[in-house]
Amino acid sequence: MSQLAQHLIILPILVPLLAGALLLVIDEPRHKLKASVSVAAVLLLLVAAGTLVARADAPVTHVYSLGAWAAPMGIVLVADRLAALMVLLTAVLGLAALVFALARWHRAGPQFHALFQFLLAGLSGAFLTGDLFNLFVFFELLLAASYGLALHGSGAPRVRASLHYIVINLAASLLFLVGVSLLYGMAGTLNMADLAVRLPRLAAEDRSLLEVGAATLAVAFLVKAGMWPLGFWLPATYTSSSAPAAALFCILSKVGIYALVRVWFVVFSEGPGAELIAYGGMATLVFGIVGMLGSQDLGRIASFSLVISSGTLLATIGVGGADVIAPALFYLVTSTLGTAALFLLVELIERSRAPGANLLAVTADAFNVDDDAEPQELVGVLIPATMAVLGLAFAFAALQIAGLPPLPGFLAKFSMMARVLDPPGVSAGAWVLLALVMLSGLAAVIALGRAGVRIFWADSGRTAPRVRLIEILPVAGLMAVCLVLTVFAGPAMDYLHEAGDALQPPANYIGEVLRSP
Amino acid sequence: MEIIVALGIAVLTGSGVWLILRPRTFQVIVGLSLLSYGVNLFIFVMGWVRGGAAPFVSTGHAPDPASFADPLPQALVLTAIVIAFATTALLLVVLLAARGLTGTDHVDGREPDQ
Repeated sequence: MSQLAQHLIILPILVPLLAGALLLVIDEPRHKLKASVSVAAVLLLLVAAGTLVARADAPVTHVYSLGAWAAPMGIVLVADRLAALMVLLTAVLGLAALVFALARWHRAGPQFHALFQFLLAGLSGAFLTGDLFNLFVFFELLLAASYGLALHGSGAPRVRASLHYIVINLAASLLFLVGVSLLYGMAGTLNMADLAVRLPRLAAEDRSLLEVGAATLAVAFLVKAGMWPLGFWLPATYTSSSAPAAALFCILSKVGIYALVRVWFVVFSEGPGAELIAYGGMATLVFGIVGMLGSQDLGRIASFSLVISSGTLLATIGVGGADVIAPALFYLVTSTLGTAALFLLVELIERSRAPGANLLAVTADAFNVDDDAEPQELVGVLIPATMAVLGLAFAFAALQIAGLPPLPGFLAKFSMMARVLDPPGVSAGAWVLLALVMLSGLAAVIALGRAGVRIFWADSGRTAPRVRLIEILPVAGLMAVCLVLTVFAGPAMDYLHEAGDALQPPANYIGEVLRSP
Repeated sequence: MEIIVALGIAVLTGSGVWLILRPRTFQVIVGLSLLSYGVNLFIFVMGWVRGGAAPFVSTGHAPDPASFADPLPQALVLTAIVIAFATTALLLVVLLAARGLTGTDHVDGREPDQ
C-alpha cells in the first residue's frame, strides 16, 4: 500500500493526461461516452488531490523522483502543502466547470473534453513540479490547451481576443525561456532546491546576470498573472471565452502568482524586487477598480474582478513578504472560487437577454454539430423560480467578490490587512494598500450592485432564462465550498500557516528534495 | 566566435521584436518565429560555446566540468523547438480563422481607419 501511496503525487498529472489522450480517439458524436470519461477522470483527480492535501499536512515534504533519478540530476515532483492545495483547488474548479459544460457547452465545438483534461494536466504539473524547465513545459501544456478552450465555441470576438492572448503568451513564454537559460548558465542547475543552495555561493560578478535572469522570469510570470501593464489581454480574453472555460481560467492567472511565490521565496529567499511587485500590484488594483467601474457588461465586470484579485495578491505579497503568505493564500482560494462562480452565473443571467441562444447558432454550422442541439436545451430538469435563484446566487457571488462579512472573502481580506498592518512594520505602502483594497471592495459593490439592479429589479423586458438544474448545481457547489471555508476558517488557516512557514525559510523543502532517493 | 553568435542572436531577436510590433498577423507570426530562433540559440550558448569537448563523462573519477561539453542545453533547446513549432502551427490556424471571420489580416480584426 505504501508502494502505491508513493506514486500518488504523479496521479494528478497522469490521470487527466491519459483521459485526454483517450478522449481524442473517441468519436465526436459519442457525447455521453466522452462526458462520462471526462467526469470520471475529474472525480479521480479530485480524490487524488484530496488525498494529497491530507498527506501533505505533515512535517515532511513528499518528493517523487521521476524515473528514480536522484534530485539534482533527475526531475522531481514535490507535493508540499501549497502545491497540494493548488491541485485540490484546480480539481474543485475543474469539476464545477465540467458539470456546467455538460449542460450544453461541451457540444459547442470539437474536442472540448480533451482540451479540458490537458489543461487540468498542465495545471497539476505546474503546481507539483520542482524543476524550472519542467515548469516551463507544463506552462506550455496548459497554455496550449487554454488557447483551444479560449477559442471553444468560435465566433469572431473569440478568435480576435484569442489571437492577442496567444501572441502575448507566446512572447511571454520566450521570456520564460530566456530567464530559465540565464539561471542555468549562471548556476548550472534548474532544480529549484538545488538553485536555492547554489545561488548564495555564486561569485559577485555573476550576480547581476543572475538577477537579470530572475527579473526576466518574473516578467513571464507576471504576464500570466495579469499585472498592470502586462495584463491588458486578460479582460478581453476572459470576457469572450465560453463560461466553463472562463471559470477554469480563473486559476490560470493564479498559476503565475503561484510560480512567482514559489520561485521568489524558495529559490531567492525573498530576493530583491519586493517594491516592484508591490507597486505593480497596486497599479493593477487601480486598473482593475477603474475598469470595473467603467464596465457595463457583466462578463467584463467578472474579468476585472479577476484583475483586482491578482492585484490584491501581488500588492499584499510585495508589501508583506513571507508573513502574509497564509492569509494571501486564503484570499487566493476564496477569490478564485467566487470569481469562477460569477463567470458561470454571468452566462446564465445573460441568457435572459437573448432567449434564442445566439451562441450555438454560429458554431452548430461551423462544426456540423447535430441539428438537435437547440431543442435539446429544453430537455432536462429546469429549476423553478429561476430569477429568484439566480438573483440569490448573484448576490452571494457579489458579496464574496466585494469581501463583505458573512463570506470568506471578508475573512481573507481582513486577515491579510491585519498582517500587513501589524505594528512593527507599518509603512506608507501598507496604508496605500489598505486604502486600495477597501476601494476595490467598494468598486465591486457599486459595479455588481448596478448590474444586479439593472438585471433583477429593473423591468427591461427580459424573459426569465431557462436554467437547468445541472447548470446551477456547480454554482451552488462553489458557493457551498465558500461557506464551508467560512465555517472551518480556523483549520483552513492553520493549514495555510503551515504552508507559508514551509515556504520561508525553505530549509525543509530543500533538505527533503535533495535527500530524496 | 562568441561575438558572431551574440550578433546572430541580436539580429534575430531585434528583427523578431520589430515584427511582432507590426499590425499584420503574418508579420507577427514571422516575428514570433524569429524570436524563438533567437531564444533557442541563446539557450544553446548558455551551455557555453566550447570546441573539442565531448558531452560524456567517464565513470570512476569525479568529472572535470572544464573538459566536457554540457549536453543539457541541447535537450532544453530540443524541447523548446518542439513546443515553439507546435504553438506556431496553432497560431497559424487561429490567424487563418481570424482572417476568415473578420475579413482582414489586421491584428485587431479591423482596419484602423474604419
